[in-house]
Amino acid sequence: MKMFAGGFWRRVGAMVRKEFLQLRRDRITLATMVTVPLMQLVLFGYAINTTPRYLPTAVLLQEQSDVGRSILAALQNTRYFKVTQLPRTADEMDHLLAAGQVLFAVEIPANFERAVRRGDRPTLLVAADATDPVAAGSAMSSLGTVVQTALRNDRLIPDSGQTPFEIRSHARYNPAASTQLNIVPGLLGTILTMTMLIFTALSVTRESERGTMESLLAMPITPIEIMLGKIAPYVLIGIFQAALIIGAGVLLFAVPIVGDPVLLAVLTTLFIAANLATGYTFSTVAQNQLQAVQMAMMYFLPNLLLSGFMFPYAGMPVWAQWISEAFPLTHFIRIVRAIMLKGSTLDDLHYDTAAMLVLTLVAMLIAVTRFRRTLD
Amino acid sequence: MTAPTDVVAKRMADAAEATPDIAIDVHGLTKSFDGRTVVRDLSMQVRRGSIYGFLGPNGSGKTTTIRMLCGLLTPDSGSGTCLGYDILTQADKIKLHVGYMTQRFSLYQDLSVRENLEFVGRLYGVPDPRAAARDMIKRLGLDGRGEQIAGSLSGGWKQRLALGACTLPGPQLLLLDEPTAGVDPKARREFWNEIHALADEGLTVLVSTHYMDEAERCHEIAYIAYGELLTHGTVDQVIAQAGLSTYTVSGEGLSRLSDALSEDKALMVAPFGNSLHVSSRDAQALERAIAAHRDEGRWTWTRAEPSLEDVFIDLMSRSRDNFK
Repeated sequence: MKMFAGGFWRRVGAMVRKEFLQLRRDRITLATMVTVPLMQLVLFGYAINTTPRYLPTAVLLQEQSDVGRSILAALQNTRYFKVTQLPRTADEMDHLLAAGQVLFAVEIPANFERAVRRGDRPTLLVAADATDPVAAGSAMSSLGTVVQTALRNDRLIPDSGQTPFEIRSHARYNPAASTQLNIVPGLLGTILTMTMLIFTALSVTRESERGTMESLLAMPITPIEIMLGKIAPYVLIGIFQAALIIGAGVLLFAVPIVGDPVLLAVLTTLFIAANLATGYTFSTVAQNQLQAVQMAMMYFLPNLLLSGFMFPYAGMPVWAQWISEAFPLTHFIRIVRAIMLKGSTLDDLHYDTAAMLVLTLVAMLIAVTRFRRTLD
Repeated sequence: MTAPTDVVAKRMADAAEATPDIAIDVHGLTKSFDGRTVVRDLSMQVRRGSIYGFLGPNGSGKTTTIRMLCGLLTPDSGSGTCLGYDILTQADKIKLHVGYMTQRFSLYQDLSVRENLEFVGRLYGVPDPRAAARDMIKRLGLDGRGEQIAGSLSGGWKQRLALGACTLPGPQLLLLDEPTAGVDPKARREFWNEIHALADEGLTVLVSTHYMDEAERCHEIAYIAYGELLTHGTVDQVIAQAGLSTYTVSGEGLSRLSDALSEDKALMVAPFGNSLHVSSRDAQALERAIAAHRDEGRWTWTRAEPSLEDVFIDLMSRSRDNFK
């Protein structure tokens, strides 16, 4: 370093000073510096819980008996289960599981109480949605003790001796509790969110930064036409990417596609559009490409943490669940797990489908209204 | 060497239905940004088929005015028409018939010449964009460069391509914002030949520039400074209206003379190469002021026609005084 004699620190200092001056004028970067760590801390600290509690549970009471009521009350009292549904038939119960409205279904069969008293060891049927093994795991393992304690407290069974009933649990949709089966569909959504967001987040800011926007605005084309024209090519790229991920998931990790592949393709396309529209919205708000990327990252982080991909949705507090409902990824992860692992049909998925559609339209609406037709 | 015939026919039909001979007719345009008035109460009329030069120093409001004319900016107040369409409410119609060439190259640097031209053609609904682009490449003299990436063209070629892109859809009016800034003299000359050719085909051209020689190639000019339109007319009219008396002085030690004369507020002194232009709006004051120096006999004094530049410098310094 003998190129310029002396003044090394002066020149470094001048550079540092200049960087700070530029940083001070870049509000979005400053905002990212504050919000990203805070957001991570709050989300990780309060929202994420790997041993989730209050899991939505359906109880099918085939008989009205003290034992049945006692079990129901016991489940309610634990912090693991929250009995949200009382279906009347087994079909109804299956539908609740398939639609993802409940993670557990407990069936108390007819004549259960009489069989207990006679010492016949009847079977209590428990079905868990094991598409997310983490969510189901700890609740599942506690179930037996919970029920037994409840019945003992109510003096319905003797204090000691063999359990007077048998719990037959069934890990639905993922009997081997394989993590890959859970992760691969989730990854499909996460990867698509990441790539699609960045594609369109840059699209409008790039035109503004390179000066091509001025020409474009002077030409006879409307904001909606610009938006659709910019989103459409990436829909194709997204579909290609989705096919690649699903193909690799099937070939490498033996992830099944139990449900309708056409439905999967259609809803994946909708999800791709939702993310492209969201990215495009950032693009109309951001002033330059760097800001657009930062906004996309700020949006992506809570997506990753709260969508149910990394941590069980059911384990989050309600406020965090409300936030995650605003992410297309939350709905898509439910949809893709449901179609690929559970074989769910559109009938089971209309809520999440409608939610994605609404989010897409809202993003597009914001983008079109935010888009400045003039240089004012 | 002509645009596709159907496009020409469409242009003529459109021209006939709009106002017959005025292309731009605006009154009282005012625009401010963050409380700073950039254009103030500007009115102008441009005849169809004419080349209208728009002159003024940097930051005088030329670009802002042009952007208001084509609907890219909304004036704070004022009104008017462009090609018979209201600039406040019919920007969409205006965009269909106006070619706007931005100051900074604003075509896609990462597309080829042909791809850029075809894109523009398709946006405007030109019937056969491929053919239109091919014809335009030929017309621009870019044969063999159609596949070249626009970003790799030299400055002069970029300007020609930009002009080609905004004439391709067959507009009735061209708004050219400093099209020849930073372009070498030969390319500038060719560019202006092209502009005259287009005007001969019936296009109206509003062109902003800093160059005095370019102003003299215009049918009419307007001079704008500090957001106000100070004068307009043909070059001769503008010079005559200014009412300047000018002397050209040559000889040794002109800088000392210049310093001495500059102290007189009634005079305007500007060096032109090896000579000095001394002008004033008050012919008698001019004679009085130079009398002493004349008697020194060191310099040659010649009564001269004021140049356009003398007029503009005079206008600018007086308008700056008004702003103080």
